[in-house]
Amino acid sequence: MAGTTTGIPRDVTQNHVKGGIGESTLRPDGTLKVTGEFAYSSDMWHEDMLWGQILRSTVAHAEIVSIDTSEALAMDGVYAVLTHEDLPAAKNYGMEFQDTPVLAYGKVRHHGEPVVLVAADHPETARRAAAKVKIEYRELPVITDEASATAPDAILVHEGRDDHHSGHVPHPNIVHRQPIIRGNADEAAKRADVIVTGEYTFGMQDQAFLGPESGLAVPAEDGGVDLYVATQWLHSDLKQIAPCLGLPEEKVRMTMAGVGGAFGGREDISMQILASILALRTGKPVKMVYNRYESFFGHVHRHPAKLWYEHGATKDGKLTHMKCKIVLDGGAYASSTASVVGNASSLSVGPYVIDDVEIEAIGLYTNNPPCGAMRGFGAVQACFAYEAQMDKLAAKLGMDPVELRQLNAMEQGTIMPTGQVVDSPAPVAELLRIVKSRPMPPERQWETAGESADVRALPGGLSNTSHGEGVVRGVGYAVGIKNVGFSEGFDDYSTAKIRLEVINGEAVATVHTAMAEVGQGGVTIHAQIARTELGVQQVTIHPADTQVGSAGSTSAGRQTYMTGGAIKNSCSIVREKLLEIGRRKFGSYHPAWANAELLLEGGKVVTDGGEALATIADVLEDQAVEVEEEWRHRPTQAFDLVTGQGDGHVQYAFAAHRAVVEVDTELGLVKVIELACAQDVGKALNPLSVIGQIQGGTTQGLGVAVMEEIIVDPKTAKVRNPSFTDYLIPTILDTPTIPVDYLELADPNAPYGVRGIGEAPTLSSTPAVLAAIRAATGLELNKTPVRPEALTGTL
Amino acid sequence: MDFLRPASWEEALAAKAEHPTAVPIAGGTDIMVEINFDHRRPEYLLDLNRIELLREWEVGEENVRLGASVPYTQIMENLRTELPGLALASHTVASPQIRNRGGVGGNLGTASPAGDAHPALLAAGAEVEVESVRGSRFIPIDEFYTGVKRNALQPDELIKTVHVKKADGPQQYSKVGTRNAMVIAVCAFGLALHPETRTVRTGIGSAAPTPIRAKEAEAFLNAALEEGGFWDNGKIITPSIAKQFADLCSGAANPIDDVRGTAKYRRHAVGIMARRQLGWTWEQYRGSGRTLEGAA
Amino acid sequence: MRVNFTVNGRPQEADDVWEGESLLYVLRERMGLPGSKNACEQGECGSCTVRLDGVPVCSCLVAAGQVEGREVVTVEGLAEFAKDRAEHSGCAAGTCGTSLDAAKRWEAKPGQDSQTGEGVELSPIQQAFIDAGAVQCGFCTPGLLVAADEMLERNPSPTDADIREALSGNLCRCTGYEKILDAVRLAAARQERQGEAV
Repeated sequence: MAGTTTGIPRDVTQNHVKGGIGESTLRPDGTLKVTGEFAYSSDMWHEDMLWGQILRSTVAHAEIVSIDTSEALAMDGVYAVLTHEDLPAAKNYGMEFQDTPVLAYGKVRHHGEPVVLVAADHPETARRAAAKVKIEYRELPVITDEASATAPDAILVHEGRDDHHSGHVPHPNIVHRQPIIRGNADEAAKRADVIVTGEYTFGMQDQAFLGPESGLAVPAEDGGVDLYVATQWLHSDLKQIAPCLGLPEEKVRMTMAGVGGAFGGREDISMQILASILALRTGKPVKMVYNRYESFFGHVHRHPAKLWYEHGATKDGKLTHMKCKIVLDGGAYASSTASVVGNASSLSVGPYVIDDVEIEAIGLYTNNPPCGAMRGFGAVQACFAYEAQMDKLAAKLGMDPVELRQLNAMEQGTIMPTGQVVDSPAPVAELLRIVKSRPMPPERQWETAGESADVRALPGGLSNTSHGEGVVRGVGYAVGIKNVGFSEGFDDYSTAKIRLEVINGEAVATVHTAMAEVGQGGVTIHAQIARTELGVQQVTIHPADTQVGSAGSTSAGRQTYMTGGAIKNSCSIVREKLLEIGRRKFGSYHPAWANAELLLEGGKVVTDGGEALATIADVLEDQAVEVEEEWRHRPTQAFDLVTGQGDGHVQYAFAAHRAVVEVDTELGLVKVIELACAQDVGKALNPLSVIGQIQGGTTQGLGVAVMEEIIVDPKTAKVRNPSFTDYLIPTILDTPTIPVDYLELADPNAPYGVRGIGEAPTLSSTPAVLAAIRAATGLELNKTPVRPEALTGTL
Repeated sequence: MDFLRPASWEEALAAKAEHPTAVPIAGGTDIMVEINFDHRRPEYLLDLNRIELLREWEVGEENVRLGASVPYTQIMENLRTELPGLALASHTVASPQIRNRGGVGGNLGTASPAGDAHPALLAAGAEVEVESVRGSRFIPIDEFYTGVKRNALQPDELIKTVHVKKADGPQQYSKVGTRNAMVIAVCAFGLALHPETRTVRTGIGSAAPTPIRAKEAEAFLNAALEEGGFWDNGKIITPSIAKQFADLCSGAANPIDDVRGTAKYRRHAVGIMARRQLGWTWEQYRGSGRTLEGAA
Repeated sequence: MRVNFTVNGRPQEADDVWEGESLLYVLRERMGLPGSKNACEQGECGSCTVRLDGVPVCSCLVAAGQVEGREVVTVEGLAEFAKDRAEHSGCAAGTCGTSLDAAKRWEAKPGQDSQTGEGVELSPIQQAFIDAGAVQCGFCTPGLLVAADEMLERNPSPTDADIREALSGNLCRCTGYEKILDAVRLAAARQERQGEAV
């Protein structure tokens, strides 16, 4: 394609003497990001590009009677107006189930589903054209919950399912069901001195990444397309995109553009296929950028859930049994609902030892917005409920809630309800001890020297609602367990291509992976690993693209473990090859080449005794060593569909929180004063970014505790608050100090002993805040987010 | 869409007369959202940014003449003594960036019940000076709001100046939102004591189709204060008076359920804010009696 | 319509601007300055913050036509702007714009720099954001930098509450804000040390 494209990602080179693993290392892309020069997917630009615009359904469930695009097509500046009839090849895509239409045909199944696609020379022209398209709908009743989904006369959201779960589910509107039965809960219940039950509701959370879905598709001369997008997993996208374009995968060349946050919301396809279709159809580069309103319809959300729990304990606090049912609303398309069900089910017991359990988790098809991956993936909803249960139980037993948890805390060697042995450190009791032993933040921080109060330190903040009146402090604790990596027998791997060469007399390592840098700092870690393994200072990070093998998803806390592991592995092969060259060249000059353990350090080959044998530059000269290898974590097993037994998970991660809140009990407003976290990270490869991840995850948990929820009208299944005006996320004035303590108890199965860190802090943050609010108010509070109405009896 | 850029107030009035459907844009903090999200496509945008006089204010003997486009940041920084209620309200508006652009004229023009300035203007007692090529007129604030997002403006009129009485007693303002900053009001309340006339005035936001005063509550409190000689003796207002005042303020509200809150909560919160503000303002009055700056 | 204004000290002209376009769109799509970010386009996130005649505003809510003849500073010009301010210390906000000479030197350079930019001259707040680990995905960073820089100009020794209030219009979804606070404290401390040294 002729003409200039701007924003194409390029190599980033970092030259550091230090900056190996374990050292706080600055981001290689930091300078680009603070100068505004880092190109995000929405910054991509091409001469003469067109703008793509989607017309989305205004109703949640309806048959499409007719679509008339004639007026739109007749407009000046409009290059294409496409419906499902214009699709070039496969009409559906999807990560686990291919159930999602590229453009709706037959019927629409949720509010905001793409129906018509427009390309024009200016975004406003595209919007005006889309507004001229006439769509006639015949509305259908909406399915919005378990009762309406499984009613005898329920309309099937998807007719004729043939996915891999369709054979075993009790109803076609159930995406997947995963029971877990271990021991005998009914029998064990007889030993219980106290039993607590609860029904809990978890609201629909949005990832609310700041960089909207966007990208640029450029048609290529070979009939293929060059696609620049922000995603969490290039190769998963590629597998879904190519069949819909009717192109072989090698003609769809994807490059990762800058990603403005993800949190699970970019694991599914958004505009990738649509922009490519428009580019191929018009022969022109096409840019698409969702605005914030559209973004709320443009990606899956966290599953809202209903959870029923029963726990029993002896009077000395030992848990006897647990029964639960978890219903996750997957919305209109499956996305990763089936896997979320597996997670919710297998982690529903929490980080506790309970031998007798009866667990059932299901995921529904409804006409609500589709739900899928978000940080914490099924474990978040369960943690909210089981931690509320622990507090209830402690209250009923008259025990300290932390002691009750510690008494029942799992540890290394504990058997999960799935039968899997927890075979690496699980310091649950210790994490609780750490957060509990922190000094309390000072009381009444709003008091100032003068008579007036500093409202910034009070519930209500700048809105000046309280000068201390009605304010009560509460403290709450929670701890959670999250799996790391892709589970249930999935062939989870990553690929790293490492090149070592000499440039201007200096050894330079180039790391090329398809890893999605979504902000987590993977690029920093990659350079650190290359430095440590290859003893170089200068590392070049090649942009992520599909010219190298899959890195898997940047999700499930797996990317440092997996692509980090792949880089470590490829580097060690490169090192061996380099040493082989060295032995051939210099072996006869020094016996150490043959019989010593050799390392690469400071640009040199050194013996384990520290003697330098040669520089890398001398060994390589103008030769380059390049290796591309796949790397896998240990295999996992599927869960049995009846008993839920199976070694389903790769690794477990644990975090605990203590929340200190102040509640204006009269107005029902909450100020979180401090949210302390303790987490086992296995090994902190980059301490600076470890803390940043924990604080960020904690804050997303805080958000869902007190303000975040996508509100869907139960009568129409339409989204009522798709904007940043009414879907609120925490500001800097809502976010407290977040002190972090981390342990480094190595997992012997993981590279460097690392443990996935991104997700665990999102789990326990929410129930800790809820517990603190309960402590301040004495209210039961079984729903997130806690709204002022719930605290003031004004629902 | 046409973009009209008058260089002077006279040109702006002429443009508005010629194109009565033209939508004035000053801070842009309402209209640009509607344009960005494709909710509105006015035929003409009438830019008021180049009109100096709209950004000026003047403190007179009795009143403050506040240009319609004086940014909220300026109000909260420069008019805390003269207009304490409005300064407090200004501090609650959206974010620093928005406060740097938006002004009272925008709140009045949009006339959303959730506009932050309204309760403060109602409580302080204000008049809105509007003008057209036909001449200018003053609209008392009590007559300005005519319906949901409707005001008393004629199609050819523009808002020029808001005349607000200088505070002669303590004033307060609060709004309830579900976030500690950058939040649209679930509901809001403003209270002004006017010792010179021995009256109180109130303003309620986001709890009725338009911003309103709680007139019955005002009348009750005026009578109770008079009866008890409170203005002179400076005694603490009894809890029963405060409660009755709060209940009457709650009762004045006529709110709806929406995504931001329930009607029941709004009514409840108005009462709490009313009671607290009565406490704060009365303490101020009893204390120095003349410390008029907002407390926050 | 045509719009003329100054961006980072350099006169710019945009043609065929649709009347409903925002300043943000013009900067990003017409001037090759995509540093100001398009996260919400409703004034609720601050990621598009620029200085308009010295005042921090959401550029998504400024109509392009309103900027005629005015001065805009974006994140791309922040380092130069801060340097100029340091060299002419004491000048008030908005009046210490880029000198004519500097304006002539300045060029838009979208995507030009493929290096880490080490050696690139940064403003104290930019450097502090990198050093404190305040950047993750970085999408909120440009707006935060412009807002934080302006706050430090007004209030060189802010309390934590001051920082929180000044940045309460800038949403960040990655960091939990702690390291952003660290960065602003760091920049303030470094500025103070520098001030003492002079």
